[in-house]
Amino acid sequence: MQSSDKDSNQGDSRRDFLKKSSFITAIALTPSVAIKAAENQSDERFAELFEKIPLNLTVNNKAYKTSIEARVTLLDYLREELHLTGTKKGCDHGQCGACTVHVNGERVNSCLSLAVMNEGKKITTIEGLASGEELHPMQAAFIKHDGFQCGYCTSGQIMSAVACVNEGHTNSRAEISEYMSGNICRCGAYPNIVDAIVEVSKGGSKA
Amino acid sequence: MINFQYLRTTSAKAALALRVKDKSSKFIAGGTNLIDLMKRGVTAPEKLIDINHVPLKQIELIGDKIVIGALASNTAVAEHTLIKEKLPLLAMALNAGASAQLRNVATVGGNMMQRTRCGYFYDVEMPCNKRQPGSGCGAIGGFNRMHAIFGTSDKCIAVHPSDMCIALTALDATVILANGKGERKLLFKDFHRLAGDTPQLDNNLKPDEMIVRLEIPTNNLNKNSYYLKVRDRASYAFALVSVAAALEISNNKITDVRLAMGGVAHKPWRLSASENYLKGKEPTTENFEQAARLAMTDAKGFGENDFKLQMAPNSIIEALTMAKSKA
Repeated sequence: MQSSDKDSNQGDSRRDFLKKSSFITAIALTPSVAIKAAENQSDERFAELFEKIPLNLTVNNKAYKTSIEARVTLLDYLREELHLTGTKKGCDHGQCGACTVHVNGERVNSCLSLAVMNEGKKITTIEGLASGEELHPMQAAFIKHDGFQCGYCTSGQIMSAVACVNEGHTNSRAEISEYMSGNICRCGAYPNIVDAIVEVSKGGSKA
Repeated sequence: MINFQYLRTTSAKAALALRVKDKSSKFIAGGTNLIDLMKRGVTAPEKLIDINHVPLKQIELIGDKIVIGALASNTAVAEHTLIKEKLPLLAMALNAGASAQLRNVATVGGNMMQRTRCGYFYDVEMPCNKRQPGSGCGAIGGFNRMHAIFGTSDKCIAVHPSDMCIALTALDATVILANGKGERKLLFKDFHRLAGDTPQLDNNLKPDEMIVRLEIPTNNLNKNSYYLKVRDRASYAFALVSVAAALEISNNKITDVRLAMGGVAHKPWRLSASENYLKGKEPTTENFEQAARLAMTDAKGFGENDFKLQMAPNSIIEALTMAKSKA
């Protein structure tokens, strides 16, 4: 069954192998076993025997244990699997910032992160920002300063704004604008967004 | 996105062993460029080797060199006290690139491995010798406003997209590459390639190698350095033209000078003739203007990007002026 790969000594490609194998999906692997197999190269084929990869992570202080295809982005996992639809899909290419979430406290574009790359990490989405019925200061400031119009970019803006304050990049309006440039607002609410961030940063409340 | 096999490793050795076993595999670190390319179908690796857990995140001063691990994030480097104090040009270039979100996950090695943002490379329906050798170049005679004016070939006029790499070229960095057997050193300026007849190759990294770290000699250029980035909007856009400029001025004479440009060639473009001209001269506007003229000797426009023939020398003068005025 060796094809043209034979010359390069690589054996069957994974996709050929999957086509030929029907039993593989029945085999369940724990992450430690799977990763160990890969690391030791003891049996690489063994590491290939799964399509879904085990994933453990924490989202908004709640632990999740699942298994997932490698190609699923963190954004799609949050929206489609966990139904946390507050995080928005804008461009899906890292250009608009609508999908911004915090991973271990740092802001990232969830559309350009594979869910499986977040094993063991702590994710915070817009749904995890408020304390019960009490809005996060940044959420309250966005309302007060009219920091949005249509609202589609808002959850990404707020997650990014909270990180911007925590990072300390709020020494001037220009610095805020620069460090918020990864979040596009088609309605053009930028001045009001900066107003909201200025207020929260001056309030001195570490978000 | 076409599915793929996903593996995680915690050592460079294991990562390289996996890579050697399957040449169609790719390393993934931040993934901010690779995942985008996979979504668009520009590339479809069968296997991704996640190297984020490989311990290569160091940023430290060893002797007279600053050593930066390949997996240090762009943010970690740009915010590090050592970099801000001794290599402010690098910090400035890093902060001029991408967004805060992207810099948090993008790594030094990944930044070096970025593919061009040429629209023809990204659009799989279009001809592109870089994506599909032999299919032609859509940009020559097409939409080429963003494209190269130096070192072009009749196969490809795409530009290298990184800001960080422009500063590293100016700072005489060295790249350390590892394979299963050992390490080799490469001058940073020799890491990336011109397109020539092989535009599919962005750099001189061999298939069995990985970038492990950078070494950057400390210098006396930190007081007078500036990274100028000219782009279509104030922030978060790729460079039309960028200039990394650094001067060492003593008794009103230029004792050392570094100049490199981005957005103008298939690799970071070091301006050696301009540097040689400026050494020993006074840092005057007239001398900056002559240095800029010398830099443009072999420049060639392709129509829509002809404006760069004027923007480039203007940017060189502006960057040198800003670097000088920082003292």
